[in-house]
Amino acid sequence: MSTAVIHTPAEAAKPRTTYLNAGYTLKSWLLTLDHKRIGILYLLGVSFFFLIGGIYATLIRLELLTPQGDLVSAQTYNKLFTQHGIMMVFFFLIPSIPAVFGNFLLPIMIGAKDVAFPRLNLLSWYIYMTGALFASYAMFAGGVDTGWTFYPPYSTNYANTYVIATGLGIFIAGFSSILTGLNFIVTIHTMRAPGMTWYRLPLFVWAHYATSLIQVLGTPVLAITLLLVALERTVGIGIFDPRLGGDPVLFQHLFWFYSHPAVYIMVLPAMGVVSEIIATFSRKPIFGYKFVAFSSLAIAVFGFLVWGHHMFTSSQSVYAGMIFSLISYAVAIPSAIKVFNWTATMYRGSISYDSPMLYAMGFIGLFLIGGLTGLFLAALGLDVHVHDTYFVVAHFHYVMVGGSLLAYLGAMHYWWPKMTGRLYPEGWARFAALVVFVGFNLTFFPQFILGYLGMPRRYHTYVPEFQLLHVLSTAGASILAVGLILPAIYLLWSLKRGPIAPADPWMATGLEWRTSSPPPPENFERTPVVTWNAYEFRPQEETEIIGPPSEPDVSKRN
Amino acid sequence: MQQFPSEFKLMPEQASTMAGQVDALYFYLVGITLFFTVLIVSGIIFFAVKYRRRSPYEIPRPIAGSMKLETIWTLIPFLIAMSIFVWGAKVYFAQYRIPKDALDIYVVGKQWMWKMQHPTGQREINELHIPMGRKVRLTMTTEDVIHSFYIPDFRVKMDVVPGRYTQMWFDATKPGRYHLFCAEYCGMNHSKMGGTIVVMRPDEYQAWLSGNASQMSPAQLGEQHFQNLGCTTCHLNGGRDAGGRGPQLAGIFGKPVQLETGQTVIADENYLRESILNPGAKIVAGYSAIMPTYQGQVTEEQLLQLIAYIKSLTPQGGSGTAAASATSNSTSANTNAGAQSSGSPSGQRR
Repeated sequence: MSTAVIHTPAEAAKPRTTYLNAGYTLKSWLLTLDHKRIGILYLLGVSFFFLIGGIYATLIRLELLTPQGDLVSAQTYNKLFTQHGIMMVFFFLIPSIPAVFGNFLLPIMIGAKDVAFPRLNLLSWYIYMTGALFASYAMFAGGVDTGWTFYPPYSTNYANTYVIATGLGIFIAGFSSILTGLNFIVTIHTMRAPGMTWYRLPLFVWAHYATSLIQVLGTPVLAITLLLVALERTVGIGIFDPRLGGDPVLFQHLFWFYSHPAVYIMVLPAMGVVSEIIATFSRKPIFGYKFVAFSSLAIAVFGFLVWGHHMFTSSQSVYAGMIFSLISYAVAIPSAIKVFNWTATMYRGSISYDSPMLYAMGFIGLFLIGGLTGLFLAALGLDVHVHDTYFVVAHFHYVMVGGSLLAYLGAMHYWWPKMTGRLYPEGWARFAALVVFVGFNLTFFPQFILGYLGMPRRYHTYVPEFQLLHVLSTAGASILAVGLILPAIYLLWSLKRGPIAPADPWMATGLEWRTSSPPPPENFERTPVVTWNAYEFRPQEETEIIGPPSEPDVSKRN
Repeated sequence: MQQFPSEFKLMPEQASTMAGQVDALYFYLVGITLFFTVLIVSGIIFFAVKYRRRSPYEIPRPIAGSMKLETIWTLIPFLIAMSIFVWGAKVYFAQYRIPKDALDIYVVGKQWMWKMQHPTGQREINELHIPMGRKVRLTMTTEDVIHSFYIPDFRVKMDVVPGRYTQMWFDATKPGRYHLFCAEYCGMNHSKMGGTIVVMRPDEYQAWLSGNASQMSPAQLGEQHFQNLGCTTCHLNGGRDAGGRGPQLAGIFGKPVQLETGQTVIADENYLRESILNPGAKIVAGYSAIMPTYQGQVTEEQLLQLIAYIKSLTPQGGSGTAAASATSNSTSANTNAGAQSSGSPSGQRR
């Protein structure tokens, strides 16, 4: 068997063992310990829950076409936005890039055979699926209407819906997030190939390291918080209920202590993806590598100290508000550093317009707007007006959809040839990227204006003067939907009909491109020895010699 | 303001003294956003066109980075961020520093309505009439879940939290009808929990008040509750000196209170509320924990009225009748007195 010989697709004549054809039984998938297969299992999982979350979003946007409530009842609407948020945040965005692409790529990128704890990795997937299916059961059995934020005393004493069951689903899935984070941290520390020093790591790995720290340190707090809500609901322990001496605002502190860093769980891996794509499609090392690497860690650390900026109107002390605002501005700086460095990377590059690059450039533009509107929300006096309005809705969709989702799609297009061994139709891919970009902006830009005009979020009905902007937003959402359905079609089509992908279709630099597409079960023929820095672009002839799998002694074994 | 037409607007009405301040900050941020968006996006487009790939195998010369540039684009955004922080904090302070000399309105939220009471007794539901050009202070609580009192055209918002009082204020500058929204999700009819703030010229407001003048003021109602609940049994005017088992309440509002634990707290609305519902929480120095709880025996509105009554009491005055006018003026007088704590019996409380 040959891993590799990179630029000879003719090789394909000889059947080669890849992680995909290593076994065809259901069992070989469901009991696999291969990080790549687990990545694919996650891909199936998160795609399914993204679809459900997307259906909820569609119904929400349709309801908001008119000011009065005519499509669904108020109760149903409240369940829709709650379940949309829960599905998208906990079961799509948080696992999306780390669990799918992190699992698939991280070990290959550092030249390892697998993650440090392969069994734990498989267990993580089962825990995730259990949690997600439990939450889905709760939603189909009766639904939940507390908002994804579960604020008491509504969630503890008033809601008549499946709060505990849904919370339990999130609680369970949290352990999957913790275990994946733990696995990645240990893997990055102990499994790097010889010569793969910390400063030679791809920035994707740095970003996942920072993300993993948040997952391990933050998620337990969410678990505790949900447990307290369940206890309050069942036995009334009086942590949050003021009639029992509790404090409802305490919940908000606990919840955002996790859920603000969780925003960085969603966006840091996306930043890692964008660093990879920008470098590859500009054929230049990332400008200011160390600044980009450490800004990820800075974001992870500062991210834990800003939760109170969700609570400027909550009756939290004015002085606490000031501290949280100040630190929130500190967290803006590392994000700005990244954006400047990505842009500078393109300077004097060799820039191609392949679809992953279009997504990455789209990411920078949208994340920029998402980030800058974050400055509005961190400005105390201004937040009082826009807090809990559509301005906030627009802001976090720019970060999470414009940022994380675009990066997720970019990653999908960038690594699809590696994961499946097939190329997709590039023309369609570029077209879809454009449709997503246009549809996204039309959906969410009007919501900034709506928010400043004072339209509160989570409203089933609204005053008639807001209708025009809502109609624009719904129109945009339908374009966005087309842009998301297109890749689903041509990517699935490419699985059977797409041209066979070479090992390195992009002339990229990472170790994942030094092995075949799709990679063999053990990733490399032998452990690679790394003698170069990240993003050292070389002529193709040279990479073949340097790339470990294609070294002469490897070909001898063919 | 226009009567809710569906014409296209980019900005809400500026109808309070706060609106201009918030909008100025908003425009500053819009300017910064435009500047950086244009800078970065045009940079990306320019580079993407200028340095487009011209041959499939070309490899440009690598550029590792530049300490000078990194310093510049760390420092400049940092300075800009700090300027926003300071400005934002200034506006925030103005929004939440509650003025003393204001018209006192009591607000109770419940699923899904707003109940309001004027100092002169008028009650309203989902509609609040206020005079233009006068500071209005809202003292708010809720009977059930968290709500949030939001008037976009005034740029003010404050959460209304069960178990405590929160306050907000505004000074309307333009007569008209303005939306009132609940901004914190509160259950099924959250989106219907709104209403209208009617800003009137002072003379119109007076006319409106006198047209609805039959009710008793909150303080007068509070005095009735004070009698009915038997508070007078222990809280005699004159306190212990007069043979009362509980501290004297007249003149206590806004003053520091010495506790058994040695701590000192200010007797504000939240303190009085806690002392009625959970009397054992903070015992005044020199008194024992003998007061029973009144939790469940008084509604949120009655509680607010009791507090309005206690606020209206003056130390020297006999039975401290709750004159309607007393509320706002005496409040400010009491709070300003501030420091002197010697007072009658060392502790005043319960």
